[in-house]
Order: sequence, then C-alpha cells, then structure tokens
Amino acid sequence: MADSIQMHVTRYDPDQDSAPTVTTYEVPLRKDWAILDGLNYIKDHVDGSLSYRWSCRMGICGSCGMNVDGEPQLTCAAFLTDYAPGPIRVEPLSNFPVVRDLVVDIEDFMEKLPRVKPWIIRDDVTVIDGEYLQTPAELEEYKQFSNCINCMLCYAACPIYGLEPDFIGPAAIALAERYDLDTRDRGQRERLDVLIEKEGVWGCTFVGECTRVCPKHVDPAGAIQRYKLKAATENLRAFLLPRAAR
Amino acid sequence: MSAPATYRQPVSRLWWLKKRTYFLFVMRELSSVFVAWFAVFLMLMVFAIGRGEESYQRFLDWAASPVIVVINVVALAFSLLHTVTWFVLTPQAMVVRGPGSQQARAMKEVPVAGKWVPAATAVRVGGRLPAGAVIASQYVGLIVVSAFIAWLVLR
Repeated sequence: MADSIQMHVTRYDPDQDSAPTVTTYEVPLRKDWAILDGLNYIKDHVDGSLSYRWSCRMGICGSCGMNVDGEPQLTCAAFLTDYAPGPIRVEPLSNFPVVRDLVVDIEDFMEKLPRVKPWIIRDDVTVIDGEYLQTPAELEEYKQFSNCINCMLCYAACPIYGLEPDFIGPAAIALAERYDLDTRDRGQRERLDVLIEKEGVWGCTFVGECTRVCPKHVDPAGAIQRYKLKAATENLRAFLLPRAAR
Repeated sequence: MSAPATYRQPVSRLWWLKKRTYFLFVMRELSSVFVAWFAVFLMLMVFAIGRGEESYQRFLDWAASPVIVVINVVALAFSLLHTVTWFVLTPQAMVVRGPGSQQARAMKEVPVAGKWVPAATAVRVGGRLPAGAVIASQYVGLIVVSAFIAWLVLR
C-alpha cells in the first residue's frame, strides 16, 4: 500500500474568488483514516485556512456531509483506503450554495424542515395523564424514518431539488411520514396541507437516489411515494365530497 | 449584517449522464412515450380490424415495413425496462401487509359530516410482506392477465 494519497479539495473564498478552485494535497494513507481525517490532517499540518463542518466523527451528528468523487457521503464514514490509489475529489455538497471551501449554506433546509411540523401534535393529553404508551409493533412502523440525522445527503443527491429549489425535499417528507405513522400523533392533516402542494410530494419523480445515498437507511423515496398515495386519496375525496371542508 | 456572498453551484444540462442511476431514471421516464406508442398502435389495429379485411391487410403491410418494425423493437425494449423497473420499485412505494399484521389504535383525525374530528382509529401495523413477495406477485399477475388475453385472442 502506498503511504500517501492525493486529495483534490474544492477551495472557495467569497472575498477573493468568483468561482471555486481545486487545490491538491498529499495526505498520509492510513488504514483507519476516513476522508474527514485527511481533511483534519490538511487543516492541522498544511493549510489552517481550509473550512469544513464536522463534529462527532461517528455518523451521528450529520454535519460532515460532502461530495466525495461526486457522491454525497458522510466524510467520517468514507475511508481513504476505499479510494486508493486516488486522487480523491472532495467537493461541497451539490445543490446548496457554497459559503466557503466545503461549507454550504443550509438555511433553505432549516427553513423547510419545520414546515412539515416534525414533532408529535397532540393537544388532548396533559402530563398528568401519564406517558403515551406504544407497543413494539407500533414503534416498528415509523422507526426507520426516525433514524434521519438531517445530514442533507439526500438533498445533494436529488436532481429535482437541484433543478427546482422550491421542492421541500426528501428528508423533510420522510420526517413528516415518521410522525404521521406514529400512533400517538394527530397532525396528519396539518402536514398533508403542506405536502399536498406542488412543492410538496408532487415535486418528486421517484429518482430514488435519496434512498441510495442515505447513510441511515431511512428510505426517503419510499416515504414520499407512500405520502403521494395519501395526497391522491385526499384529492379524490375533496373532488367527490367538495362540501367536506379540508 | 449583510448575508455573506455565496457561490451557487450550477446544475449541468447533462446532469442525467453523470450517474448510472440518473441515466436509468431518465430512460424509465422516457419509456412512457413508448408505452403510449404501443397503446396507439393497438388502437390503430383495432380500428383497422373494425373496417374490414382489406383495411386489416393494409395495416399488417404497414406494420411489417422496416421503419415500424424498428420502432416496435425499440418500444418493446423500453416497455420491458418500464415493467421491470416499476415492478422493482413497487414494494418501496406500497406497504402490503400479510397475515402477521396486528390491529392498533391511533389517534387520528377523520372526516365526520364535513368536519375533521379527532378520533381513535383502527390501523394495521406490522406483518409487512417482503419486497420479493410483492415483486413476484406482480409477475404472477402479469402472466395471468397475459395468458387470459392470449386465450381470448387465439382461441
């Protein structure tokens, strides 16, 4: 095994550059090093000005998502040796505006996520009434969708989001489905009001790439198609029973 | 404080050539055109039969011309792609529950006399059939329907 590997890293300084450039760095190729360790090596030993987001190093926080060789990845979970002999292309997540180097502006996602009200909506039970009980089978119904860590790899992989930035996006819909499937929740209709719109589920054309890149196996594409059935049923109901107010 | 200048990454017009999965998706979307063509072809055939033997023979001659044969071969390939890809995707989009499912109660809103009211609703949980079973049942369905049509036409 070679003892070093080249990394082609995207650099962008909004004060000086009109467009991103690529800088090549040589980093030690170690078996236990992830792409993120390579970036940390560059920052600590070569160029301290390199900017990127990271935190937990263990696939939980969802901050270190970047495009590695064109594929959205958590850089803490993608290993240097898997890309040997290199070079490895490290770019900011696609479909997001770049703030600096590998840091993208996530404001759009942060604004969209609360629109689907990803929390349990229930106003008829007080704390005094005790816990909301749930059986293991009921938990299993939504558990997969609750594994989302908001890493936004699905947004970077979704060509629809790239072409139609108004599309509410895979993770937001998967989280809406997570709460809809929760037997304790009563917010189904409130979420449907948001997702039944064109920018909601109907933006999706089932490319399926969101599910393929998801590091937590959430399957947003599946959630969106299931939601489409709900939206279509509601549209049909509104058509057949126009007087039943939504 | 003004918002920092950001660089908006352009989406290439040829984005669908960048990944095999994107390409396959675009081909799947395109396949609907060929499925529509088969529907038109079939209708033309039915009309031709309706107008009598001579008209049907003219249709057959037209259908045997090299251009139409090439179009139909391409359309067949796309129809197969259409069928196979959508069958594979079905279990992802659809939850089919088997005998292992249980009844559960969920607090949902249901329409009652034109108003949405909260109500404890019965829902099914668990017992989801494996993807392979859903896909296989679709092929069985396709074979049964095809056999019935073949019997109807050829008997």
